[in-house]
Amino acid sequence: MTRKNSARKLPPFKILSTTAILGYGFPESSFRKGMSLKPDLIAADAGSTDPGPYYLGAGKSFTNRSAVKRDLRLMIKAGIENNIPVVIGTAGGSGARPHVEWCLEIVREIAREENLHFKLGIAYGDVDKETVKKALKEKRIKPLAFVPRLTPEVIEQSENIVAQMGVEPFIKLLGEGCQVVVAGRSYDPAVFAALPIARGYDPGLALHLGKILECAAIAATPGSGSDCALGILEEDSFILEALSPERKFTPQSAAAHTLYEKSDPYELPGPGGVINLRNCSFEDIGRGRVRVRGSRFVPTDKYWVKLEGVRLTGYRSVSVAGVRDPIMISKIDAILKAVEDRARDIMKIKPEDGRIFFHVYGKNGVMGELEPVKKTASHELGIVIETIGRSQEEADALLAVTRSALLHYGYEGRIATAGNLAFPFSPSDLAMGKVFEFSVYHLMQVDDPAFFETRTEEL
Amino acid sequence: MTAKAKTAGKKKRNILQVARVIRSKNSGPFELTLDIMFKERRYFDLFREKNIITARKIARLYRIPESDVLKIVYFEPSQAIKVTIKRKIPSGAPGDSDIYGAQQHVPLFDLEF
Repeated sequence: MTRKNSARKLPPFKILSTTAILGYGFPESSFRKGMSLKPDLIAADAGSTDPGPYYLGAGKSFTNRSAVKRDLRLMIKAGIENNIPVVIGTAGGSGARPHVEWCLEIVREIAREENLHFKLGIAYGDVDKETVKKALKEKRIKPLAFVPRLTPEVIEQSENIVAQMGVEPFIKLLGEGCQVVVAGRSYDPAVFAALPIARGYDPGLALHLGKILECAAIAATPGSGSDCALGILEEDSFILEALSPERKFTPQSAAAHTLYEKSDPYELPGPGGVINLRNCSFEDIGRGRVRVRGSRFVPTDKYWVKLEGVRLTGYRSVSVAGVRDPIMISKIDAILKAVEDRARDIMKIKPEDGRIFFHVYGKNGVMGELEPVKKTASHELGIVIETIGRSQEEADALLAVTRSALLHYGYEGRIATAGNLAFPFSPSDLAMGKVFEFSVYHLMQVDDPAFFETRTEEL
Repeated sequence: MTAKAKTAGKKKRNILQVARVIRSKNSGPFELTLDIMFKERRYFDLFREKNIITARKIARLYRIPESDVLKIVYFEPSQAIKVTIKRKIPSGAPGDSDIYGAQQHVPLFDLEF
């Protein structure tokens, strides 16, 4: 192996990624193995937009509190006892203020219960509406592909607008001596890349490593989001290492991960620039380890952050039922259409004020309009009747009328005259609460990448 | 023997004979991204050389306008083709049926070449 004989040579920087999403868990044995290798940083990403818009809008975590506390306890205890920084990104799953506060409460509980004392750094991902409106006015906003245009009205209707922070707020807080950092909405790799970038490691390698480590052992084979992984950053490359005996990294598994959940695997845009993987190589270096070289960070002319926001679009109620009658199944489309018309007529409700959806499993419940198979061959159908109204009461009422209209609808050729639906549950109707939709998914140009609100707390 | 000579006169083959992974997933709430990973390097090369996956073909399989096909990328390190299309309904918006977009890959099973 050739090595540059430079006086400024950086020592290997080891990053222990515990789990793909804080609260998904990890085996203690893997964590102990990782700790025995003396990591320089313990980090986990806690968020995703994957579970949909509800959690950001409602200010609730999609992960379980006890599970998050279990993961955090192991990480913080080991971090403080061994003087290793612990960094958490996109706290509470969506990373808006209520999510961060939720996570902070857990951290404080752990500190009390374990009698741990440390400096806690907090970075909020929220961006207030006026800031977004000002940026819109100054033409510093651009939409991502297929995203509806942003207007001042949409901004006003949106709740919990957050921006994905880059490494800068983390570098600031770690530089102030914070031993634990809890951040709001973060660019996934930032929690892993911030400290090494601050110490002079190559940002392209650090961010690419972060991009892989944010999913912990998912990029290993067999992959798992509930197991730890170790990344070792060197001057000109990084190494991936699995921490449980049943897993390993292979060039294939590491490269394949680069494809996951993104539209272009060669150019991964993030805050302030793009990770370019055109000249990236993945090399098997034995014992289940892979060395990655050639990842480059190309800063953009201006610094852009990604905004996320959702708006309330109504209240939902659902009912689940089954159909076994073959005569009814053969006419299902026409029946559902007629039932919707009848329910609207009874309720005197316009389509924009009350929406009715039938999710017909066994026909096209999974793919909807995209379903290429038009005629069902199934002998039974599962129907989820869904209504969305302007209030929960309206949604409930529309559901009740639609459900009973379908139950007793007298379609042509009907032989089973007692009822059209088999209900598995009593009560049959479920009030689901608020329905949100993504309204902001745009880039915003900022002058200061560390514009996010930060503060520290002594525990 | 060239790939062309090999396939000439033969019956069309199905993608499932040459792919090891075919999957779909959200790429953000407004996009659906489809991955095809090949069993062997030669199939990946064949698909790339012959330009077998086109926006037009994807549009036909999914019955969507060609303008809804955002990008087709060949990714060498994984011997994979990635296609990104517009989500008909954004993730979690009223009427959506697959929040994660993880079960929208099946129309690709009809791809013949």
